[in-house]
Amino acid sequence: MDSDFTSADNELQHDVQPGSPHARFRGEHPIVVRGLTNRFGKQCIHEDLELKVNRGEILGIVGGSGTGKSVLMRSIIGLQNPTAGEIEVLGRSMTDAEPDEEVGVRSRWGVLFQGGALFSTLTVGENVEVPLKQFYPDIETDLRHEIARYKVILSGLPEEAVAKYPNELSGGMRKRAGLARALALDPELLFLDEPTAGLDPVGAAAFDRLTRELQETLGLTVFLITHDLDTLYEICDRVAVLADRKVIAVGTIDELLALDHPWIQEYFNGPRGRAAQASQEREQARIARAAGPEADTPAMDNPAQGGA
Amino acid sequence: MQSGAHFSLEDERSHGSESTGARLLLTGPYLVSTIGGVDRDLRSINGSVSTVDLSGVTEIDTVGAYVACSLAQKHGAEVVGADERASRLMKAVGPSAGGEANVRPERPVTLARVPETVGEGVFEFGGGIKGLIAFIGALMASFGTLILHPRRFRGKALVRQMELVGVASLPIVGLMSFLIGIVVAQQGAVQLRQFGAEIYTINLTGRLNLRELGVLMTAIMIAGRSGSAFAAQIGTMKLTEEVDAMRTIGISPMEALIVPRILAAFLMMPLLGFYAAVMAIIGGAFIADLTLGIPFLTFLARIQEVVPIYDLWVGLAKAPVFGLIVGIAGCYQGMQVKDNSEQVGLRTTKAVVQAIFMVIVLDAFFAVFFTKVGWA
Ligand SMILES: Nc1ncnc2c1ncn2[C@@H]1O[C@H](COP(=O)(O)OP(=O)(O)OP(=O)(O)O)[C@@H](O)[C@H]1O
Ligand SMILES: [Mg+2]
Repeated sequence: MDSDFTSADNELQHDVQPGSPHARFRGEHPIVVRGLTNRFGKQCIHEDLELKVNRGEILGIVGGSGTGKSVLMRSIIGLQNPTAGEIEVLGRSMTDAEPDEEVGVRSRWGVLFQGGALFSTLTVGENVEVPLKQFYPDIETDLRHEIARYKVILSGLPEEAVAKYPNELSGGMRKRAGLARALALDPELLFLDEPTAGLDPVGAAAFDRLTRELQETLGLTVFLITHDLDTLYEICDRVAVLADRKVIAVGTIDELLALDHPWIQEYFNGPRGRAAQASQEREQARIARAAGPEADTPAMDNPAQGGA
Repeated sequence: MQSGAHFSLEDERSHGSESTGARLLLTGPYLVSTIGGVDRDLRSINGSVSTVDLSGVTEIDTVGAYVACSLAQKHGAEVVGADERASRLMKAVGPSAGGEANVRPERPVTLARVPETVGEGVFEFGGGIKGLIAFIGALMASFGTLILHPRRFRGKALVRQMELVGVASLPIVGLMSFLIGIVVAQQGAVQLRQFGAEIYTINLTGRLNLRELGVLMTAIMIAGRSGSAFAAQIGTMKLTEEVDAMRTIGISPMEALIVPRILAAFLMMPLLGFYAAVMAIIGGAFIADLTLGIPFLTFLARIQEVVPIYDLWVGLAKAPVFGLIVGIAGCYQGMQVKDNSEQVGLRTTKAVVQAIFMVIVLDAFFAVFFTKVGWA
């Protein structure tokens, strides 16, 4: 059944030598995009796009539907050959490499696709095992099963889900299973395309916390595409705004709010933006109050406006 | 020795009053990339371990933390010397350490599995027959509705499918038949020459192709070309829930997807079969001109004289039936796809194999039948 996914033993694993750790990336920017241009026929998606992601940060990518966030991610991970421009991931050029070429970074990133993209003939656990088998065939079967199991639990799925097939899961559960697979190799870089879309608010908040927790414990750099304002406020260190075929601004939300670009203002100061902002303030006030009775908590008696 | 992960066992007896067990000292990087080398040895440690010491660990990730946690759990040991990162990681993975890991659904033991598989096979076979009858019933019902409400008929879809099934396969069917015509005529001539009956090559080529080969080979080609396409396309649409989406919008997949395809196969097969027979005869005439010395036009003129017209009717009567079989097999198998992408492949294969098998079986029946009714 899973013969498509067993690694070819006779083929050299160019990417990693089992048994020896590969050096973690120590540079400043694990992702560097310079002058990226993407065209589909006459339609121009990106033009001269520039972006640098700092090591160890969660960078949120926002932009209207169809502004090319997913295409940007696909370009960075080398699935989409850009029309022009240069992309470096973990210090290696992706633009010079063919889509299936070993560029030595595939074992060091995890990707969660917008649609989950689980292998439908494999159980969730086996899905998680695919990258493990591919890159570290010397891991014993028992341990591999156990790793798969704890990754699945870590992603917030119940234990029973390990032996289930993707078509037996709900949409939100498939997202989590996709995350478990993305985390299979303890990557340095995590690409998430709308991870919380389709999750219930409690699940989404837990997912946010999980992302933050993983980012802090594993020292991950996270490239996070989202439409979820709560996610942006809760966990993103910086936010990059994609509009007019470019990244028009990168910075903390406060820095972005200081700009007066109409789309940014609309985005963060629309009704939903204000609601997320207010809930963020409430949350901070709650934390402050819990910290000590003498802590100043004006926000609790006087909640921010527009918090509907 | 720098790169790999290692461990050593030290007895703890020295500083305590009683023996508490050993101290397990882990050294080096404990990462997903290095764990493969030590995991088996770590598992085979038996005897009591009282502490797992991580102070020698240079680098750690969740896999390393997991291994440390499950070691500690297995031996009831305590973990010491963990730095901040290691303790965080262990806190995250600790709760899921230990315990059975089954990545596949549970399978019954072999003894139970054999009768179970056989039973499932029997039920599947029965269910398959029932399903097929239900499918044909639903198909007839759809045809009925469409006759009562002709405005719901999807003419455009039908034309599109006729183009795909019929027009697009003209080159390949033509070439195939031309070559078959050449082979039949040439081989026939070699045999008939032994009796000095070379002239009967014309009868052979004309009758065989009009009656049997033209339609049969076309049906096989269409099963491979269009039957598989029906199954794969409808199957993929089932997987991506497109078929379900149609239903919710009030579009009947039967009317929108299946009727046009089956009708297209039904209508195009006679035309393609006739075309194939003609191409085969041209192939025969061509080779006869080259090697037998029968002029091309003479060959064609003789065909008219030696081939009875009912040979044409026999061929043309079989063709739509074969078209129906190919169409129904493709669409039925496509609609049976569920769960995963592997099913698309399996069902497509089944569609083609079943269609070709049924076509050949029916062709044998037809051969006997038409001979019995006197169209020999
Ligand atoms: N393979 C393709 N061929 C042609 N156009 C494409 C292709 N892929 C994407 N596009 C176009 O590129 C644009 C950006 O698509 P993309 O999927 O990146 O949007 P997005 O920003 O991720 O939107 P969303 O937030 O809805 O996911 C869209 O206008 C889309 O039509
Ligand atoms: Mg997208």
